[in-house]
Amino acid sequence: MTSTILRVNPVAKIAVGLVVAAVLVLTLDWVSGTVALVLEAALFPLAGVPWRTFWVRTAPVWIAAPVVTVTIALYGKASGHSYFHWLFIDVTTGSVVLALATGIRVLAVALPAVVLFITIDPTDLADGLAQVLHLPSRFVLGSLAAVRLVGLFFDDWRSLELARRARGVGDRNPVARFLGQLFALLVLSIRRGSKLATAMEARGFGTSTTRTWARESRFGWREWTLVLIGAAVAGVAAAASILSGHWNFIGS
Amino acid sequence: MAGAARVTASGWGWRHAGRRAFAVRDLDLALEPGERVLLRGASGAGKSTLISALAGVLGGEDEGEQVGELLIDGIPADRATGRAGLVLQDPDAQVILARVGDDVAFGCENLGVPRDEIWTRVREALEAVGLRLPLDHSTSLLSGGQKQRLALAGVLAMRPGLLLLDEPTANLDQGGVREVRDAVAETLRRTGSTFIVIEHRVEVWRDLVDRVVILSPEGGILVDGAPDAVLSKNGRSLADAGVWVPEFPPVAPTRVTTPSETLLSTRDLAIGRREALRSGIQLDLRAGGLVAITGSNGSGKSTLALTLGGLLAPREGEVVAAPELAAEASAHPIRWKSRQLLTRIGSVFQDPEHQFLGATVRDELSVGPRALGLSTAEIDQRADELLARLRLEPLARANPFTLSGGEKRRLSVGTALAARPRVLLLDEPTFGQDSRTWRELVALIAELLDDGTAAAASTHDELFIAALATDELDLSPTEVRR
Repeated sequence: MTSTILRVNPVAKIAVGLVVAAVLVLTLDWVSGTVALVLEAALFPLAGVPWRTFWVRTAPVWIAAPVVTVTIALYGKASGHSYFHWLFIDVTTGSVVLALATGIRVLAVALPAVVLFITIDPTDLADGLAQVLHLPSRFVLGSLAAVRLVGLFFDDWRSLELARRARGVGDRNPVARFLGQLFALLVLSIRRGSKLATAMEARGFGTSTTRTWARESRFGWREWTLVLIGAAVAGVAAAASILSGHWNFIGS
Repeated sequence: MAGAARVTASGWGWRHAGRRAFAVRDLDLALEPGERVLLRGASGAGKSTLISALAGVLGGEDEGEQVGELLIDGIPADRATGRAGLVLQDPDAQVILARVGDDVAFGCENLGVPRDEIWTRVREALEAVGLRLPLDHSTSLLSGGQKQRLALAGVLAMRPGLLLLDEPTANLDQGGVREVRDAVAETLRRTGSTFIVIEHRVEVWRDLVDRVVILSPEGGILVDGAPDAVLSKNGRSLADAGVWVPEFPPVAPTRVTTPSETLLSTRDLAIGRREALRSGIQLDLRAGGLVAITGSNGSGKSTLALTLGGLLAPREGEVVAAPELAAEASAHPIRWKSRQLLTRIGSVFQDPEHQFLGATVRDELSVGPRALGLSTAEIDQRADELLARLRLEPLARANPFTLSGGEKRRLSVGTALAARPRVLLLDEPTFGQDSRTWRELVALIAELLDDGTAAAASTHDELFIAALATDELDLSPTEVRR
């Protein structure tokens, strides 16, 4: 499925992410997460994401997972043998197992999500949401157009900063300046939004005419295959966990 | 296509909600199918209101009050969806989707055109405007002129019987203006649709239109006729009323002083934000002189103005303030405090809206003087004086954001002047001005120069350069010339 991942309907990608996450949050054991992670690791090379991109985009996950693990090992619910104890810190067999289970889980849920989401094009997603899931087109296309404005907000923010300095009010205390600038950005963004709305309206958007779609959003065998793969990963992970007796339904 | 549209206005008028006066009143106008009209009128005569109404984007009853009738092919304009297509002034505000093909297709989708036909129309439209790019080309990579042609293609694909352009070239450099004009000419040749364009610069469209209609600010139509007849018979009075007539350019004041001592200069300056745009810039801003910074869109004119103004740090080299300008402050404007900057260098940004801080026009003019800690009497006096000189008195209590484009521009110049800086940096100061306010703005700047202000202005405006520039710096991509 190498480069075909790019052509898979984004709705299927989101569905896969949700299926894997849903199963993995039901239990808190190290077996299910590990099995899922191993299977995913075998599938990642097939996704066709260049390795460099993979490591760069998943970097936050690789930082977050160890942080979570260490934190839980130090402060997690104590049980079993205590290895180290100091003030609130209590590293025990129980807390270490819980920490590993959670750390692996973070990787198993977040890594596939990142891999799938970085290949999503916002326009394709909007097409999918409107045509496959039948969300209202006004809402979907409005949001899509708004996403494009975000880039302009960064430029606006920078200009507002310079403008304040030029107008002699750049020496004020940073908090007041920040709030004032935030308000100005809000005003500007509303104006930009209304200009965009006018441009969209001028092209016949929002009338009672039934809209057609220039790009067809399909949900075919490719999409079902991806969803099945996701379901299989989640299913195998759950089965391994239950059969090995490690499944612990969350909260129990 | 359904053919060119017929436009009829009878006793039509529109008043925006919350305003006392009508934007357009008593308008009687009939356009035969295929007629091409240049619509003019001084600032505030309601040109944009009329064209928005024809495009059906004025809004419903809560947006304003309508009187009389405005019909396209006998159907009220606000219900004639798809019959009129509108291209607006701001290139950035009209890009809707991320890819060129999708953006052009957007209007067709809304009209319910079948999928196969959409893509035929998209290709035809892109071809007609001369935009030969892959359909998946990113719209954010387009230049201003290309964005305007993209907007035109998007409208064209809807096959409107009436093509409406509201100052489509106001934000473009000369190359962009030509691109858009040629694309429109080709479009009209192919479609034969009825055409209305609003534009300050009459000469751009003169050969393309067969009728000039000038709206009166008092309501109704001032002049209506063939371009040559209208311009030769009424040229003088039109020019006096603020219309740009090539034969009657506004008279610029005669400058009496020549540039004297240098106040601000650059040494081997390289400018740029993320990447270097230009290097090796040598520039002297002298009291009584104005340096015109020219060059195509994106050549770094605005960045240079910001760097000179002590707002962006030089990438290399330096911006040096003469001791006379710097006084007790450092020789490098980028190190000055915001308040120190205020009385030394006044910067007027390209987009006036970025600079507005006050709730009313009067407040806006008081921000600088107040930051300087002046007395209330002095603050009021400066504000009054500027309100009068910029002809903004009737708008003193209006919110700056509600002003017209030309008024916003004058106000933003006024905010810089309020602190009485020795150096004035202007980014596109004459954008969107009618010929009367242009003349006043130029006279005001000439007066400041005569009083010993040093200035630089980034501009596309040839007349402005001819009237005021004592020196020119061309930033066009070839090389830096003096």
